[in-house]
Amino acid sequence: MSGIDITLRALHHGERDLEGDLLAAAERHRTEHEFHHVATDVARWSREHTTRLAALGRDRGLDLSGPRERPASGAPAALREKASEALGRRPQTGLLLLHDLRDLHLAAAGNSLHWEMLAQAAQATRDQDLLGLVSDCHPQTLRQMRWTNTMIKVLSPQLLVSV
Amino acid sequence: MDGSPERIVNPWGVRTPYAPGTPWPVRTDMHLEEGAGEDDVERWVRSASILHSNGDALDIAVRDGRIVGVRGRAADRVNRGRLGPKDLYGWQANHSPDRLTRPLVRENGRLVECDWDTAMDRITSRTKTLLDERGPGAVGFYTTGQLFLEEYYTLAVLAHAGIRTNHLDGNTRLCTATAAAALKETFGSDGQPGSYEDIDHADTIALFGHNMAETQTVLWMRILDRLEGADPPRLLCVDPRETPVARRAEVHLAPRPGTNVALLNALLHEVIRTGRIDRDYIGAHTVGFDELVSRVAACPPGWAAEICDVPAAQIERAAELLGGARRLLSTVLQGVYQSHQASAAAVQVNNLHLIRGMLGSPGRGLLQMNGQPTAQNTRECGADGDLPGFRNWQNDRHVAELAEIWNVEPDAIPHYGPPTHAMQIFRYAEQGSLGMLWITGTNPAVSLPELARIRSILAQERLFVVVQDLFLTETAQLADVVLPAATWGEKTGTFTNADRTVHLSEKAVEPPGEARPDLDIFLDFAARMDFRDKDGGPLIAWRDPQGAFAAWQRCSAGRPCDYTGLGYDKLRHGSGIQWPCTEDVPDGTARLYTDGISYAHPDRCESYGKDMVTGATVTPVEYRSLNPDGKAVIKAAEYLPPHEDSSPEYPLQLITGRTVYHFHTRTKTGRAPELNAAAPDVWAEISPAEAAVQGLAEGDLVQVTTPRGALRARLRTTAIRDGVVFVPFHYGYWDTPRGHRPPDGLPGRAANETTITDWDPVSKQPLFKTAAARMTLVARRGTGTGTEGTEGTGTAGGTA
Repeated sequence: MSGIDITLRALHHGERDLEGDLLAAAERHRTEHEFHHVATDVARWSREHTTRLAALGRDRGLDLSGPRERPASGAPAALREKASEALGRRPQTGLLLLHDLRDLHLAAAGNSLHWEMLAQAAQATRDQDLLGLVSDCHPQTLRQMRWTNTMIKVLSPQLLVSV
Repeated sequence: MDGSPERIVNPWGVRTPYAPGTPWPVRTDMHLEEGAGEDDVERWVRSASILHSNGDALDIAVRDGRIVGVRGRAADRVNRGRLGPKDLYGWQANHSPDRLTRPLVRENGRLVECDWDTAMDRITSRTKTLLDERGPGAVGFYTTGQLFLEEYYTLAVLAHAGIRTNHLDGNTRLCTATAAAALKETFGSDGQPGSYEDIDHADTIALFGHNMAETQTVLWMRILDRLEGADPPRLLCVDPRETPVARRAEVHLAPRPGTNVALLNALLHEVIRTGRIDRDYIGAHTVGFDELVSRVAACPPGWAAEICDVPAAQIERAAELLGGARRLLSTVLQGVYQSHQASAAAVQVNNLHLIRGMLGSPGRGLLQMNGQPTAQNTRECGADGDLPGFRNWQNDRHVAELAEIWNVEPDAIPHYGPPTHAMQIFRYAEQGSLGMLWITGTNPAVSLPELARIRSILAQERLFVVVQDLFLTETAQLADVVLPAATWGEKTGTFTNADRTVHLSEKAVEPPGEARPDLDIFLDFAARMDFRDKDGGPLIAWRDPQGAFAAWQRCSAGRPCDYTGLGYDKLRHGSGIQWPCTEDVPDGTARLYTDGISYAHPDRCESYGKDMVTGATVTPVEYRSLNPDGKAVIKAAEYLPPHEDSSPEYPLQLITGRTVYHFHTRTKTGRAPELNAAAPDVWAEISPAEAAVQGLAEGDLVQVTTPRGALRARLRTTAIRDGVVFVPFHYGYWDTPRGHRPPDGLPGRAANETTITDWDPVSKQPLFKTAAARMTLVARRGTGTGTEGTEGTGTAGGTA
């Protein structure tokens, strides 16, 4: 397997996992309304990335599964939402949110670096299909990172100091 | 409505037609209490309307120390003498026998009367305890769009540099935050580009989610007079309801709620495809056009038709109207601001004007509207989640400038993040990190979404709630301390309308009992807290409205909202002056951006912008490289499906809105007999076809249910979009037996029992027009079954 293929596979898994992590965090923090809604919106980007990476992988003979089934309606999701509402009145939940934002940011940063590697390799090999995919997707990964960073910046003073 | 006053039956009065480019004729409207004639009036006191955002100039009639009526001021540029029904009748609420006249404090669970010292001591001692134990982040302020400029500025200094909290916002978050956000995204700074006079010149007027006929009756009179005159303008209306505006429009688009961005992208697609763009203007004054072109390339009318459920041919006709206009005026309000992707949609209207070069000359205008009379001042004074004078919290030089004006150290002004918006302040209160919330002149227990949640937040033992208001509102009933405030006509100050027109409003009569002006209350608090500047002098040195105004003038100097050329005397002798008003432009400024974009330069702008989907802030470095010369930023936006859509369980889409007869939560208008009689109780609207599907008929008592809760209302069938239910948001519980909440075990009547807690990530404005609901029958028309507060003539009013 070529280095590009290994990286494609790793990124496919990274985007697939990030979608799941975003949706799980959205359920866990249902009472943090902006986080809940925007996490759900930007999870859609990772889902699209996973789909498109799987399609490109197929062209290259890679067997990538594509996105997972939607986990949202399952029993664990409902449980997480219920727990979230019960915990929504405890200041300590704020620390959990910051921790989740940090993890999401790091996961998006990992994906971003894989996109960067692929962009460079695509240019070196003049692979227009791969370059097109990176150009479409990488900006959205960077937006996921800016969003998690902004949320951490805005929330930290309150959640770390005024508890 | 037999026997109703004429201006209740016809809110817009008689026509005074005029031709394009000619002055709008004068028509002086007046209403005096029964038995009083113009000759009986002892004094006419200068003011402007306080029950909507239009800023209609009026004089208050006084006899024997009482307000006995109002008269529109013919000389004023805004209304040329006209008044709307709320202005004509609303002043009577000042005399209401249930005005608060003494402070109240909670003792053993009940609110009891006390003197001012007791109430203020309780507030200051709690504030000091919280500051000592938990720091400034434990204290928050939630103000309004109905105080005066002098009061907001004082509150802003007190909160930002006295308490040093980041938690100060206004209920303007609910009505006008998206207007400000959209202007910041496009032009780098807040500031209304257009002028009401653009109506006199426009050949095409597009109203996006703006039922102007009911929200700004006098502005609508201006359009009606143009429609009756020579060369009338052509109207485009975007609204899911068949409003009075829609009935006069050449093209009416009624999209599915939550799909504005799809519709606007298709309109932009058509304007670009047909080449109706001003390439010179785009080249000289904008950045970002290419990205817009590639974004909307994939958004032809056929694509949007599917999403919006509007025929593609209608979208093409609308684009033809917009593309063919030579003098295009657009106005935007809550149908955009309170709907899904609020800022992204409002920004696309800005983009339409930029790519068509329709800015800064007569008839080529853009009005991102306000919902409240003094919302503009909340925004500019920094009482709304921004720094005063449209300063940029990410720009250290702006913060240093503010610190110099206030004579404090820059790090004494919290600017490590954006000032906290109202929805997040309530979240901090819910989550427990906020220990005190001081609410002035607004009623969140009726006006915020998901009321069961809001009531439970306000009722928490661990949250100390102060409410400063005229009446024992639903919110005041949940407070720990209630302060009786003076209102319009009982105090002096200035305020600014949606097209930057500043009016002076002078004291006409004494406030009732011990009620005090909001300014005096803030000054008293500041004195008791002994806030100091860095040299040990008082942080707030002014003692009266004129002193506060002078302090604000200094803060506004050199900023877009420059007030340095204004003054009480000037406003007393003139009438209605638009900022910026300086020594160089002493008569004010009709239109911004007459000669390019003035405030978007990286050193000058109020905001570097945000991501249209996530709300993530753009960094100074990114902004500088994107827009080094300070041009207008054309920001493209992708359409996203609404966060809550209809489903088999909740097959309808719920939107809330206003009636022409009421303001906010009826605190005043519900106490004006003519206005109350015109619309005494809540109703719910669906289309006749939808009613037939549901087996319902006009006048039935129905229940509207969402995942948050339910309300009961009489049904009206109107020409609204199929699949949509409309409920007016004004109705709460102060005039029902429970006082501040629904009856035990039964649904209430407040629209916000059902609305979703979700807000636009850019403007942070709550989305009152994107929820899924179902409607069920409670009782047939004519049966007595109902709930407390939902009886009465739910079908009166007839504004639909």
